[in-house]
Amino acid sequence: MTNDARLTVAGIRADLAAKKISARELVTEYRSRIDRENPGLNAYLALSPERAFAQADRIDRMVERGAELPPLAGLPLAVKDVIATRGIPTTCGSRILEGYRPPYDATAVERLEQAGAMVLGKTNCDEFAMGSSNENSAYGPVRNPVAPDRVPGGSSGGSAAAVAAGLAVAALGTDTGGSVRQPGAFCGIPALMPTYGRVSRYGLVAFASSLDRIGPMTNTVADAAALLGVIAGHDPHDATSAAVPVHDYTAEIEKRVAGLRIGVPREYFGEGMDAEVRAKVEAGIALLERLGCRRVEVEMPHTDYAIATYYVIATAEASSNLARYDGVRYGVRAPADSLAAMYRKTRGTGFGAEVKRRIMLGTYALSTGYYEAYYLKAQKVRTLIARDFQQAFEKADLLVTPTSPTPAFRLGERTTDPLAMYLADIYTVTGSLAGVPGISVPCGRTAEGLPVGLQIFGPHFREDLVLRLAHAFERAGGSQV
Amino acid sequence: MKITRETVLYVADLAHLELPEDEVETYRQQLDQILTYVEKLNQLDTSGVDPLAQVVAAPADSATGWRSDETRDAGISAEALMAAPDASSPFFRVPKVIERES
Repeated sequence: MTNDARLTVAGIRADLAAKKISARELVTEYRSRIDRENPGLNAYLALSPERAFAQADRIDRMVERGAELPPLAGLPLAVKDVIATRGIPTTCGSRILEGYRPPYDATAVERLEQAGAMVLGKTNCDEFAMGSSNENSAYGPVRNPVAPDRVPGGSSGGSAAAVAAGLAVAALGTDTGGSVRQPGAFCGIPALMPTYGRVSRYGLVAFASSLDRIGPMTNTVADAAALLGVIAGHDPHDATSAAVPVHDYTAEIEKRVAGLRIGVPREYFGEGMDAEVRAKVEAGIALLERLGCRRVEVEMPHTDYAIATYYVIATAEASSNLARYDGVRYGVRAPADSLAAMYRKTRGTGFGAEVKRRIMLGTYALSTGYYEAYYLKAQKVRTLIARDFQQAFEKADLLVTPTSPTPAFRLGERTTDPLAMYLADIYTVTGSLAGVPGISVPCGRTAEGLPVGLQIFGPHFREDLVLRLAHAFERAGGSQV
Repeated sequence: MKITRETVLYVADLAHLELPEDEVETYRQQLDQILTYVEKLNQLDTSGVDPLAQVVAAPADSATGWRSDETRDAGISAEALMAAPDASSPFFRVPKVIERES
């Protein structure tokens, strides 16, 4: 079921220009793949054929005219359902937004379409991006195309599964605590979390505003570079988007990696780590050394506090952001006699268990008498975690770690223990808190054939370096180590 | 840490969440377990450490910063109202507001 014919951004564009295939044929092909495979995978929640075909026709007319094709011409794209798409259902995997059609497009979607991408549809995810297995979707779990009895990871599980199964050539995911990187690792594809502020969040339904990021999930690192080049950059609609110059990532990834100092933090190889994951990541690091990178040991002493810090800050911000779902402006409303009762019923029945749990945690952490003990304390520890990264980047150009302590686990295996599910985010939430960019890139498979992910962190706004190392690793056979 | 049943009901009330009676105890146990875990933050001395709310400081040469505070018409009010469960243009319509007893 996995994607054998790995189409790439550059390959599609070249084939279109050479008239080997038309954009309309591509949409038709992906539509039929989705019709065939999606009932088993549940990766897509909604399809947007009219929009995809209209875009395909625009591309095909450009080909007919002999016009220069835009960088992502004819790219079959999937978009995570927490990202707004005008007129196309955007539910965030929640009952409370069932049937909601946003009146505008997210900036990232708008930019990708301007660059020629064709939006095939919206992908399943944990409700409001809260989860690490995609089992918190109100519309049912996604299955991992590599091993259908296992989760695809989360929360961008539908996006990861769609790309890995060949139901899209690229997808947008979102990452708040690991939600792009971990499903990328579980499904065996590259998945990039850009620096906080690198990509506009306009149109991304807010979960935790100081952490949320949009990132590409693709078949190759070069494709991730191509998508990032399009979606990165300042956007007047997002006050937190940074006016930092955007690199030419497609050119940058071809530069040499020999001589780069790669930091290996020992705190990322502690207890709870699967032995096979450890062996693969060590083999991956050895491969990087053979490419001329210099391994340096670094210390990140506050790593062990990252989960506690993350789950206070993320839930506090979520409890505030999700206050807007009250049955007044969008989505569903539970009937009641008074406004207060309508709020309570709508939210009580519209949200799933994990979302309610996090809203209550966050509300508690922000409530009178507890704000300083929880939220303020967590923000201070966040400073210490960010300092760990600053200090590590004085000794190393990039950091290399596992993405997840285990490969994809079985459906249902962790659903009854929320804390155990949270603890598995240990290697990804650190970078989320520090705001740095990180990628998960395939790093071999376990004896059972389950993909392992190697995570590469870089300093703020150094996606060029992160992608360069990931590209070199991939080209040197990293997925086979 | 001991989260009581009363705390769960209090927090659910603050958050405008109706909880079925048979879920209260499950949430109590889970919140208690998670908040007990979170207490490990108290192992760290953070006196003199500033809280971090905003991750990436804008570079000195960045244009990110203040913008003029001007309203612009997004031109989507009709579509926005269409997405509402109940609307009577140009308003959202809600059930009668009854003051809660204090």
